[in-house]
Amino acid sequence: MSGTISLAVLGVDWQVLVDAIGLGAVYALMAVGIGLVFGVLRLVNFAYGQLIMAGAYALAFASQWSWPLWAAVPFCFAVVIALSLAMDRAVFRPLRTQSPAVMLVATFAIAFLLQSIALLAFGPLGKPASSLGYLNRPVTIGNVDIRKITIVAIVVAAVCLLAVVLMLERTTVGLHMRAAAMDFRTARLLGVNANRVIGSAVLVSALLAATVAIILTVQNPLVTPDFALRDTIIVLAGVVVGGMNRLLSATLGGFAIGFVTGLLGGALPTADSQYLPSLVFGLVILVLLIRPAGLFAKSGGQVERV
Amino acid sequence: MRSRQAIQLGGPVMLVVVAALLGSVASTSTEGYFVNALISVSIVVALYVFVGNSGVLSFGHISFVAVGAWAAGVLSVPVEEKPAIMPYLFPFLRDHTVGNIPSLLIAAGVGGLYALLVGLPLMRLSGLAAGIATFGVLEITHNILRYYEKIGPGSNTFSSVPETTDLLQAAVGAILVIGVAFGYQSSRFGRLLRATREDPAAARAVGVSVYRQRLVAFTLSGALAGFAGGLYVHLLPLNTEALYLDLTFITLAMLVIGGMTSLWGAVVGALAVSGLDSLLAEAENGLQIGGLSVDLPAGTRIVIVGALMALVLILKPSGLTGGRELSLDRFRRPATKPQGESPS
Repeated sequence: MSGTISLAVLGVDWQVLVDAIGLGAVYALMAVGIGLVFGVLRLVNFAYGQLIMAGAYALAFASQWSWPLWAAVPFCFAVVIALSLAMDRAVFRPLRTQSPAVMLVATFAIAFLLQSIALLAFGPLGKPASSLGYLNRPVTIGNVDIRKITIVAIVVAAVCLLAVVLMLERTTVGLHMRAAAMDFRTARLLGVNANRVIGSAVLVSALLAATVAIILTVQNPLVTPDFALRDTIIVLAGVVVGGMNRLLSATLGGFAIGFVTGLLGGALPTADSQYLPSLVFGLVILVLLIRPAGLFAKSGGQVERV
Repeated sequence: MRSRQAIQLGGPVMLVVVAALLGSVASTSTEGYFVNALISVSIVVALYVFVGNSGVLSFGHISFVAVGAWAAGVLSVPVEEKPAIMPYLFPFLRDHTVGNIPSLLIAAGVGGLYALLVGLPLMRLSGLAAGIATFGVLEITHNILRYYEKIGPGSNTFSSVPETTDLLQAAVGAILVIGVAFGYQSSRFGRLLRATREDPAAARAVGVSVYRQRLVAFTLSGALAGFAGGLYVHLLPLNTEALYLDLTFITLAMLVIGGMTSLWGAVVGALAVSGLDSLLAEAENGLQIGGLSVDLPAGTRIVIVGALMALVLILKPSGLTGGRELSLDRFRRPATKPQGESPS
């Protein structure tokens, strides 16, 4: 009770708060997808947003062909998984021994490549993906209007995060992933199959990308070649700000940047809202300066050398 | 060895001269491609001064190109035309106009100053944190230039800037940038910074301040990028979208494809990718090659350049030139290390 009162005193707008949590939840899912692959490959996948874009196009085409939902959703998953595995095979695998900087530039190139292929194939105007449009309608709780998709996003994110945690903690492949993330060489010496553990990480990150694609197409049904590009840039910043060395800190970073973006977006007066990106990235730089290893990283952890 | 130095500087300069001469005999419609290529050389060499010598990735250099372009552009538009296209300018920007050369120098100064201010805190970072932070700089710069109409045209296109960048000026500018980059990398500062790139721990152990050396290179590189931005805005009407992710991508691609650890690589990469890009741009408009009509759909260019960049990174991460300076030793002693590729 005192919580609600103090929040009311602070003038918190519940609508803004719920939307901010919703955005944070989606970004947290993306952060897990990026963080899982980083854990085993030490590779920051700039092209993660293009996986989501591909999934969104799959949904758009499914709705254009008026496929039922039970066909559209698996189609989306299939497209994202196929693209993700192809990316692993064609790009990540040959680059495995390179420095993180080279890998970042390489995935930057892949991101642009995929985006321009989408531009070439589907045009700049965008395609509507409207199968789940009804989720955009609001429900009223108390005197706050919340879009159904926000609730769905929060619930789905919580379920997915729980599933990932269970996978990491309770299954053999999860154990292998954690071992590989800690020390890949030693893990391999102890019998962890490198291709299998990387393949599973890539697969799980693709599942998350497809899930995010479904949520994002409900919130923003017009699918364009740069779909999810901005979100990916923000999440990458969030993941690095949170701390890439642990999946938990990366996830918290993703959630935090979504939450803060949502809050600032609601708090800024309309005239200044155009400067939201400056504010968010200014904060990102500030946090990186104070804690280069990550906001939620364990202190005393090893700092990356160049 | 003086002759070796002469070749290291002479090679890149010769390439620029050849490109300029080719441009001068080309038809007026294709001349534009050569001017563009020469400006790309300036931007990529500016990027190289920091990224190549320090080994730290920067996604933020197009910010310095952008502030240089904004500075030179705002100060070059004739006073009487300013109210029409930039009604909200600060008075001192509104009431002053400078000539072509001063505007380029101011662009370099503003680019350098901005890089210094940004670098002061940011050069403490390295690795991924540095990459993301420089990306943040790009986002912030783009965001502010786009919406802050007291310092420029905002989201409008920069029209009415005198189009003074011709083939000659672009070539002289590129040679100037190459000369400064070469002077820097042969200097004590350049050598110290490259030492930190090769082995930061060893460099620190002999008393090199990694932070200070990176900051020097970042500032110089920002000044050169600002200068290149000045040249660019005098070439064609720019807007904030032309100075954002696409340009960041294409210039990084040029540097990586050429070989990011040498000046020779930066110039070769810029010219090679520009050449390919121009050819593809022509092909998108419909091109006749020996009776064969090529007509590529719009957008093919970035697909091919992106694929090329990914291929180079996967197959030969050190780039076309292997990241080495031009040297005659290769031709004298081909048996020691065969280099299959011929630059440009």
